[in-house]
Amino acid sequence: MSRIEGVLKNLKGQGRKALIPFITAGDPHPDQTVSLMHTLIEAGADIIELGVPFSDPMADGPVIQAACERALVHGTSLRQVIDMVRRFREDDNDTPVVLMGYLNPMEAMGYETFADAAAAAGVDGVLTVDLPPEEADDVAPLFAARKLDPIFLLAPTTTDDRIRAISDHSSGYVYYVSFKGVTGAAKINVDEVAERVQHIHDLTALPVGVGFGIRDAETAAAVGRVSDGVIVGSVLVDTIARNQADPEQLKRALGDLLKPMRTALDDLAS
Amino acid sequence: MSIKLTEEMLGSLPDSRGHFGAFGGRFVSETLMDSLMTLEREYLQLKNDPEFQAKFDKDLADYVGRPSPLYFAERLTREVGGAQIWLKREDLNHTGAHKVNNTIGQALLASFLGKKRVIAETGAGQHGVATATVCARLGLECHVFMGAEDIARQTLNVYRMKLLGAEVHAVESGTRTLKDAMNDAMRDWVSHVDDTFYIIGTVAGPHPYPLLVRDFQSVIGRETRAQSLKQAGRLPDALVACVGGGSNAIGMFYPFLTDEGVEMYGVEAGGHGIETGQHAAPLCSGRPGVLHGNRTYLMEDENGQIAATHSVSAGLDYPGVGPEHSWLKDIGRANYVSVTDDEALAGFRQLTRVEGIMPALESAHAVAYGTKLAATMDKDQILVINVSGRGDKDIHTIAKIDGIEI
Repeated sequence: MSRIEGVLKNLKGQGRKALIPFITAGDPHPDQTVSLMHTLIEAGADIIELGVPFSDPMADGPVIQAACERALVHGTSLRQVIDMVRRFREDDNDTPVVLMGYLNPMEAMGYETFADAAAAAGVDGVLTVDLPPEEADDVAPLFAARKLDPIFLLAPTTTDDRIRAISDHSSGYVYYVSFKGVTGAAKINVDEVAERVQHIHDLTALPVGVGFGIRDAETAAAVGRVSDGVIVGSVLVDTIARNQADPEQLKRALGDLLKPMRTALDDLAS
Repeated sequence: MSIKLTEEMLGSLPDSRGHFGAFGGRFVSETLMDSLMTLEREYLQLKNDPEFQAKFDKDLADYVGRPSPLYFAERLTREVGGAQIWLKREDLNHTGAHKVNNTIGQALLASFLGKKRVIAETGAGQHGVATATVCARLGLECHVFMGAEDIARQTLNVYRMKLLGAEVHAVESGTRTLKDAMNDAMRDWVSHVDDTFYIIGTVAGPHPYPLLVRDFQSVIGRETRAQSLKQAGRLPDALVACVGGGSNAIGMFYPFLTDEGVEMYGVEAGGHGIETGQHAAPLCSGRPGVLHGNRTYLMEDENGQIAATHSVSAGLDYPGVGPEHSWLKDIGRANYVSVTDDEALAGFRQLTRVEGIMPALESAHAVAYGTKLAATMDKDQILVINVSGRGDKDIHTIAKIDGIEI
């Protein structure tokens, strides 16, 4: 059983929902990322999605674009991100880490080199935004051989046939994008999400994480009620942007943001 | 290592997933997949629909003013002193460039699909103007994304788009040029995917765009082929076209791909010189990667981050290139070369002075290389340069280089 599967199964057994924060590696500075990952765990994270900065993040809104630019100013590379995971693993062997990014940095590194390095460092899953399963023939066997979970997106526009096909290519969980738009836009419609996620549950046995548009305890609870986990990204990254000058204050601010979400999600269980 | 292409081979490309050999494909986030698959399905039907094709041909004739002439540049030929130089006059199209061939086609598609809102990216502004033009004609809402730096150097086209009723969105992210405009257009599309048709201006992007833009632009090469046979009595020996994304070049090359004796030269923007790294020539000095929905040659750093590009011409200032060009390069069917900013500017001046034709700075790259190549060829050989657009939009840039305020 993969680390991701184990954590999600364990939570499900307790009737709890996964809290999955996203931050961009190297933002605001590469030296801070590992420490910020531990901060997220202390605040209640179950799984971490670690963004790999890319110069042209086409699926992202202004907040994560800016985070990529901050990270790239310091030359944060995919190799460095993998090394951050290795260092994170020195103190945390339990929390799954998913790398989330775009295909080109992985392609530049070489798929096999990447898969070897990621698996050796303790990466658990890989979500490549611009890699639909149709184009994943080369990477899929490399990931499978190294027990890296390929995580794919489902969208409001995804047809039933594709939901089934994408789920067949996925392991760990599937990531449902809650609305048609880029990250950070505030247009989540919880009723719509509930209906779609229920429908996805009918078509696949995999856990469903929901991301895009979750910004506080209220939206986290509303989405947690209908899904297996909530993914929180832009609001955290925006907090990093606003507190980048003061590393200690930044940790407090991230904790202040995440802890109420944890509480709200756990309240659903009781 | 050149292989002989047959009609049958060409007919099988791109394959059902949009691949030209190792290139092309559909690398987008899931939200866009359904729209792209619908577009592909509808287009493949309409492609063989006589009513659609008749409407397209009629628009090209009555609205664009096709066929565009194939003109023998007698004085330029004499001055260069080599092969006969012929010019394919895409600059004479309505709106002043080849871009309109494609926007007419895609706007027709948008109408058939019932989409009322159109978006486009633009570099030099020619594609933006061509899109705004067809939207004005069809009464469609039009949004054009343009890098802030390009807006500054193409003020005339920006104003033309506004006059045509389009909303021009300044893109401030990244390098503030064409690639960032394309990023923002993609972001807009994801956000309005139900009612919006994205008119991509070049043969890049996710499948089926490289296919449909090539099909719409192939009128350039089809006409050139027939005109050459009629006017010169035979096919040309060489074709020369500039390559940014590569839409005018593929339009010129494609109908000649199975004609073995016809050499093809795609001219990339050499900027300050390939050796300086400040250029926009991925086929000459890049390597394969994935950007904007397709796998193709890219300018990138060793970590896979897309590199900043430089060209005096906004329309060539792009780090990628259409996947079919990448394929043609790898199989050796077309040659890809570059000329510098300075050479392109000299080409602009030469064509203006000797023939009274002011080419766009993009097209001036083809002029510069074409004259250089012609000089090495025999007098009885024929070389065709695609003058993809007219230079009015670049007068401010040229004047500024000359130190003149206008």
